[in-house]
Amino acid sequence: MAGGIFAESGADLELVGIHKRFPGFTAIENLNLTISAGSFFALLGPSGCGKTTTLRLVAGLEEPTSGQILIGGKDVTSTKPFQRPVNTVFQSYALFPHMTVLENVAFGLRRRRITDPIAKAHEALRLVELDHLAARKPQQLSGGQQQRVALARAVVNRPALLLLDEPLGALDLKLRRQMQLELKNIQNEVGLTFVHVTHDQEEAMTMADTVAVMNKGQIEQMGAPEELYELPKTAFVANFLGQSNLFTGPVTASNSESITVTVAGAQIVVPKSRAQVHDGTITIGVRPEKLSLLTEAPAPTTGVNVIGPGRVVDVSFSGVSTQYVVEVPHIGPMIVFAQNMVFGPVVNVGAQVWMSWTVDHGFGLSDSPVPEDADLATADLATAQIATAHAAAQAGD
Amino acid sequence: MAMTAFAGAPTQAEPAPRRQSKIALVLLLPGILYLVLFFIVPLVSLVITSLEAPAPDGSGTFQYAFNWQNYVDSVGTYSTQIFRSFLYALLATVFALLFSYPLAYFIGVKVRKWPLLQSFMLILVIAPFFISFLLRTLAWKTILADEGPIVTSLKALSLLGPQTHITGTPVAVVFGLTYNFIPFMCLPLYTTLERLDIRYLEASSDLYGTPASTFWRVTIPLSLPGIVSGTLLTFIPAAGDYVNASQEFLGGASSSMIGNVIQSNFLVQLNYPAAAALSIVLMLVILIIVGSYVRRAGTDDLL
Amino acid sequence: MSASTPAASPLGSAASASTARAATAPRPAPRRSRGLGNWLLPTYSVLALVFLLIPIVYTIVFSFNKSLKSNISWNGFTFSNWTNVCDQQDVCAAFGTSILIGVTATVIATTLGTMIAIALVRYRFRFRAVTSLLIFLPMATPEVVMGAGLAAQFLSAGVPKGIGTIIIAHSMFCLSFVVVTVKARVASLDPALEEAGRDLYGSPSQVFMRVTFPLLLPGILAAALLSFSLSFDDFIITYFNAGTVQTFPTYIYISATRGIPAQANVIASAVFLIAIAIVVISQIVTQSRAKRLAKVQ
Repeated sequence: MAGGIFAESGADLELVGIHKRFPGFTAIENLNLTISAGSFFALLGPSGCGKTTTLRLVAGLEEPTSGQILIGGKDVTSTKPFQRPVNTVFQSYALFPHMTVLENVAFGLRRRRITDPIAKAHEALRLVELDHLAARKPQQLSGGQQQRVALARAVVNRPALLLLDEPLGALDLKLRRQMQLELKNIQNEVGLTFVHVTHDQEEAMTMADTVAVMNKGQIEQMGAPEELYELPKTAFVANFLGQSNLFTGPVTASNSESITVTVAGAQIVVPKSRAQVHDGTITIGVRPEKLSLLTEAPAPTTGVNVIGPGRVVDVSFSGVSTQYVVEVPHIGPMIVFAQNMVFGPVVNVGAQVWMSWTVDHGFGLSDSPVPEDADLATADLATAQIATAHAAAQAGD
Repeated sequence: MAMTAFAGAPTQAEPAPRRQSKIALVLLLPGILYLVLFFIVPLVSLVITSLEAPAPDGSGTFQYAFNWQNYVDSVGTYSTQIFRSFLYALLATVFALLFSYPLAYFIGVKVRKWPLLQSFMLILVIAPFFISFLLRTLAWKTILADEGPIVTSLKALSLLGPQTHITGTPVAVVFGLTYNFIPFMCLPLYTTLERLDIRYLEASSDLYGTPASTFWRVTIPLSLPGIVSGTLLTFIPAAGDYVNASQEFLGGASSSMIGNVIQSNFLVQLNYPAAAALSIVLMLVILIIVGSYVRRAGTDDLL
Repeated sequence: MSASTPAASPLGSAASASTARAATAPRPAPRRSRGLGNWLLPTYSVLALVFLLIPIVYTIVFSFNKSLKSNISWNGFTFSNWTNVCDQQDVCAAFGTSILIGVTATVIATTLGTMIAIALVRYRFRFRAVTSLLIFLPMATPEVVMGAGLAAQFLSAGVPKGIGTIIIAHSMFCLSFVVVTVKARVASLDPALEEAGRDLYGSPSQVFMRVTFPLLLPGILAAALLSFSLSFDDFIITYFNAGTVQTFPTYIYISATRGIPAQANVIASAVFLIAIAIVVISQIVTQSRAKRLAKVQ
């Protein structure tokens, strides 16, 4: 499938000092980002965080107010979309309704006068297993099939950079899971640089090598999915990516290894290497699945943090695990996920419990949660499921 | 505006009509009977009239005679006017399309962000509908007259010879036809362009389509329903029009169209069979053109 | 349920981000050329609209002309044409006739057309395709053919031409336009609303009067307006079937040779201004309603 004009492999993408202002608001504020060739990169964030604008800037569909965009080291800031070695899988797919599936896929090849566009289009359709529907019109396909055609239409051009704008958003849950795996496989197969925009944290974590969490036009944190999950650096990341139990308090002791934060009388130890700030009043946290529920006060042990006693106020069973909400005086509600290793819940509503976790599982943030971020009630089921999956993975280690 | 309903709106999938009922008959019958009585029957009597021959008593009346010769005679006599009508109508349609497409694109796509401005511009487009068709044509006659501002200034610039005129020439007739039917072209174009999804244009640009190839490969095909109904709405009335071409308006002796011939045969010379035969010929040619055009353009249902 | 991909990617470390909140000063991006191309279309559109308005402005301006016999050259400004419209009795009479014909034809065409439109969308019946064709054909037929056909029919049936024949002709060609306009409205109507009406114990006639008809009213009004303006401005079909009756357009056609009085411009201008006012008001009403709806949602 290689041809002289095709990108043989992906290219680096570099965004330098990008600002994008629309009349009335700023979508992107001083964004600096480098994505290396061949990676599967996810831009994750809530709606309105600027991730789609970023993608449109890279595609050339918007112009930055200031800053530079480089693809493979070449400045493309002032070039038009059709001049960029970039293709997009649109959220709406935007399959041309007046063309057949095959003509849609061959469109980009024809515009670049690449030889044998039909054969190459068939090949791309075989890659997404839709060659048998080549003669259909897009309207005659299901949502999942349309999504695959949109993917084929972009991939067939062998762009240096493939942009995916929430391409799975319109699909139902089951189909979305299936498409996630297929996308990942295709990326492995063709070896292009994928930039995937999504608000679905699970999708980002499953598929991407590197995830950047975006909020209010800026990147909050970037790294491998595990790194982001295990060691969030900001309250936003801690709560957007899975759930966290966060505590704010002053640093009351410190040694070369760790710091101690006093929260409502309890001494909580966090390793220095896992804390962004080492003095003053800081926010620290721990993931719900890292907590153990104890029905008796444990004996103090080095390397283990304990909070309690608290009272169980809610128990919800979700198959693999059970979520407990524990109300701790002066601290507030805490969430605990426990593996269902026995039949039924370990404790019932009203029980008095203590919670403990290994010091190494805690993390210290660089900022404090703004009230709405701290609202644990907003956490959705998907969040609980990821954490559960993580817990399961850890239990297996 | 109501015209937009006819205007190339792609037919939505109609909800499956749910009940079969005598009510339908009661609702349909009066209107259908009316159309049969005053549209179909007149066409039939037109066909009968076209086959009549002068009564042998020399009274000046006609009687049915299955006289095919009327067709041969009238088409033979007026072939120039017949040909001219379709030529003028075709030219007016092409000019109206070229004039209207950019305007409709601007109003339907570029001004989309400002709905108030959009409806204001749309009202200006349909404004000619609301002033008398004859008066606006006469207004052009005065403006384009020999002593009018256009001709005088063109002559002053030596762009027009001292003995040349605009009114009374084919140029004026095609101009008048074009002007008068521009709203019929513009509205259906607007209706389809207004619904044109910008994301298709972005996708094309993303797939290496230059602005020109995006326009030809995406914008034009997606606005085809509007182009088809706009051209039909212009071509049909233009081919049968006789106001613009009549000598009191923009036409001259050498620019009369089939409509002028039918009118003068029917109302002045009282040669009903010839007028009827020419009407039938006009109708048939238009039906054939419309039928094959609609089939080629692939939009079968205009209703 | 898939756990996150366990392969901690070496690529991840290759990627780097900095959100240095005030590190680098924004550097202006090189602008794309904003040349002629961006101005061409707006300029053209404005000029095109001006062009469309030329004869309208001309007609209105010359309604204020101090004209004596012919209203071709400018003789000075006056209001007297507007204040004494009916000094030219022929103009006034022709205008009255046109109004009478327009209103009658509109009532007939709107009633019959609305009934057909409802039947076409809401009911299933045989000969549906034939019915649709029958409604489409008058719109695809040149006016001169319809005019000659009707005239031939009236001639052979021995019906004398007059206001009656004009009304018959106008109702006929307006009918199709009414059907198409109202049909679009019926088709956009959620059938569930009527079902809800029936579910709430409405008899078929109650459902029609209290649910269907009020919802269709905007479409019916639009169709009536269209029908009136088509009838009011029709010349070709009218001329074939008018006999000695003069409508406003036939009056202008006949007077074209000897000069048209400024009063004709007055009437045309007045009709134009009223029509534009109706369109503008209905647009404003629709838009503010749309805005209110948007707010509610």
